Amino acid sequence: MSIGQKREPILTGRNLVKRYGKVVALDHCDFDLYPGEILAVIGDNGAGKSTLIKALSGAVIPDAGEVRLEGKPVHFTSPNDARHAGIETVYQTLAMSPALSITDNMFMGREMRKPGFRGKWLRQLDRPAMEKFARDKLNDLGLMTIQNINQAVETLSGGQRQGVAVARAAAFGSRVIILDEPTAALGVKESRRVLELILDVRSRGIPIILISHNMPHVFELADRVHVHRLGKRLCVIDPKNHSMSDAVAYMTGAKVPETEFETA
Amino acid sequence: MPTDTDHYETSVRERRAEAVAEFADHKPSPLQRVQHALHVTPALVPLIVLLASIVVFGALLGSRFFSPFALTLILQQVQIVGIVAAAQSLVILTAGIDLSVGAIMVLSSVVMGQFTFRYGIPGPVAVACGLAVGTACGFLNGWLVARMKLPPFIVTLGTWQIFLATNYLYSANETIRAQDIEATAPILQFFGAKFSIGGAVFTVGVVFMITLILGLGWVLRHTAWGRHVYALGDDAEAAQLSGVDVKRTLISVYMLSGLICAFAGWALIGRIGSVSPTSGYDANIESITAVVIGGISLFGGRGSIMGSLFGALIVGVFSLGLRLLGADAQWTYFFIGVLIIAAVAVDQWIRKVSA
Repeated sequence: MSIGQKREPILTGRNLVKRYGKVVALDHCDFDLYPGEILAVIGDNGAGKSTLIKALSGAVIPDAGEVRLEGKPVHFTSPNDARHAGIETVYQTLAMSPALSITDNMFMGREMRKPGFRGKWLRQLDRPAMEKFARDKLNDLGLMTIQNINQAVETLSGGQRQGVAVARAAAFGSRVIILDEPTAALGVKESRRVLELILDVRSRGIPIILISHNMPHVFELADRVHVHRLGKRLCVIDPKNHSMSDAVAYMTGAKVPETEFETA
Repeated sequence: MPTDTDHYETSVRERRAEAVAEFADHKPSPLQRVQHALHVTPALVPLIVLLASIVVFGALLGSRFFSPFALTLILQQVQIVGIVAAAQSLVILTAGIDLSVGAIMVLSSVVMGQFTFRYGIPGPVAVACGLAVGTACGFLNGWLVARMKLPPFIVTLGTWQIFLATNYLYSANETIRAQDIEATAPILQFFGAKFSIGGAVFTVGVVFMITLILGLGWVLRHTAWGRHVYALGDDAEAAQLSGVDVKRTLISVYMLSGLICAFAGWALIGRIGSVSPTSGYDANIESITAVVIGGISLFGGRGSIMGSLFGALIVGVFSLGLRLLGADAQWTYFFIGVLIIAAVAVDQWIRKVSA
C-alpha cells in the first residue's frame, strides 16, 4: 500500500470554488487521487463532500478552480462528459431504472447496436452482445449468483443492486471510479460483499474514490483518507497511523491536524 | 496476496450457497408465479380480458357477434381511439399524460381539409402540412414539459384548450362535406378505403393502427430510444445520471405523439368522410381509458403498448356486444368504469410483489 505522494496524481482539483447563493459549498478546495489507490473522502454532513464529488464527476460545474485528469485540464459540463473521459460514478441512489433489466441498466445511455443495416438504419440493439458483455462483467466480479441477466433490477436484493451498479462502473470506468456511500443502505452481510467487490475492482488497477460515513469500512479499505471540513480539504491521513477517533476529531473540528499532508 | 484470494474464494462459495437458498425461496406459491408472469408480460391481463369478453359475448349472441364481419367492425370502430391510444401510451410511459391528443387530432384534420379547400393546395401537400402541424403541437407540449419543467397535466390541459380554440377559430366552425372531398381530394379519405377478405372488412385505417402499434412495440423494445423512454418514465433522475438525454427524449416523445395524433386526424376524415371541427372531442378520455385498461401504469415506465390496443379493443367489444344485446348504452360506461378500477388495482398488485 503506497501512499504515492511522489507519483503523479491521476485526478486533481485545485482551488475549486462552488457557491449556492450565500452558501459556500467548496471554498478553494484541493483534491488529489493517485493511480491504483482507494482514497476515502470523509466529512461531516454539509462539509461539501457531495459537491466536491459532483464537481469531479461533472454533475456540478465549479465556479472557479481547475480539474485535471492525467495532468490535462478538463471541463466537464455533464456527467456524460466525465463518463466519456473514463470517470464512472456509482451514486448513492444507484441511478438505475428498477423496472428495466440488468442488461438494460448496465448499458443505459451507451447501448450497443447491431452491425449493418439493422443497427444503422433500424437502430436495433445488439441484445445478444449486450447480454454476453453484462454476464461476463458480473462473472468477473463473482456476481453470477444473479440467475437471469434479463431480470428486472427491482427483483434483486439491495446488495445485488449495488453489485450491478459497481459492475457497471467497473465495466466502463477506465480511469477512475467514484463510489458514493456504497454500503449505507445495506445489511452487515451485504456490506461485506460490496467491500470485497471494491477491493476486487482496485486489484484491477483502477483507482477508487470512496465517500463513506462508515469509519470501520473507511479504515478497512482506504489507502489514504481525505478529511473534508468547511468546504475544503483539511488534511489527508494514513489510516494505518491514525485511529478512527482521530479521524472523527478532525472531521468535527475537535482536533486540528499539524500539517495538511503527513509524510509516510 | 494469497490470503486475499482465499478470502475471495470463500466468499464466492458463500454466495453460491446462498443463491440456491434464494432460488428455492422464490419457488413455492403459484400466485407468485402469476404475479411474476404479469410483471414480465404486462399485456397479459388485458389480452385475457379481451379474449374472455369475446367468448362471453360470442356465447350470448352467437353468430351475430361471432362473425368475421362483426369482429372486424369492432376494429373499424376502435381504429381512431387505437391510434390515439398509441400516442397516449408513449406519453404515459414517460410518467406524463397528454390531454391534448384529441385537440391535436381535430386541428390536424381541419388543417388538411382547409389547406386543400381554402387555399387549393394539392391533397398530398395538405396532408403533409397537417402532419407537420400535429408534430409542431407535440413539440410545444414537449418543450413546455421538458424545458420549462411544467407538469404534463397542466401543460396539456392548457394546450388542449388552445389547440381546440385554434381549431374552431381557424375553421370558422365550418364542416367540409364528404362529397366535396371525394370529388376534389380523395387522398384525404385514404384511411377509409375498404377491402374485404371473406366476410371480414378491413380499412386502411385499421391496417395502419395495427402496423403502428406493432412497429412502436418493436421500437420500444429493440432500440436505445425505446429503452430510454421506459427509463425516464421509471425514474427520470436516475436516467439522467446514467447518461440518458432526458430532455431530448421527452421532447421527441411528445413530437411523435403529436405526429401520431395527426395521422389519427387523417384517419378520422376517412372514418367519418367529412372534415368536422366538432368531431373526436372525447378522444383524450377514450385514449387514456384504453391505455389504463391496457395495463400501462400512469406512474410511468411500466406496461406495453400492445396492452393499449387490447384496451381499446375491450372497449370496442363491450360497446358493440352490449348494443347487440339491446342493453342501454350506459351499461358500456358502467363496465368500462369497473374495468378501469380493476386495471389500476392489478397494476398496484404487480408493483407490490416486485418490490
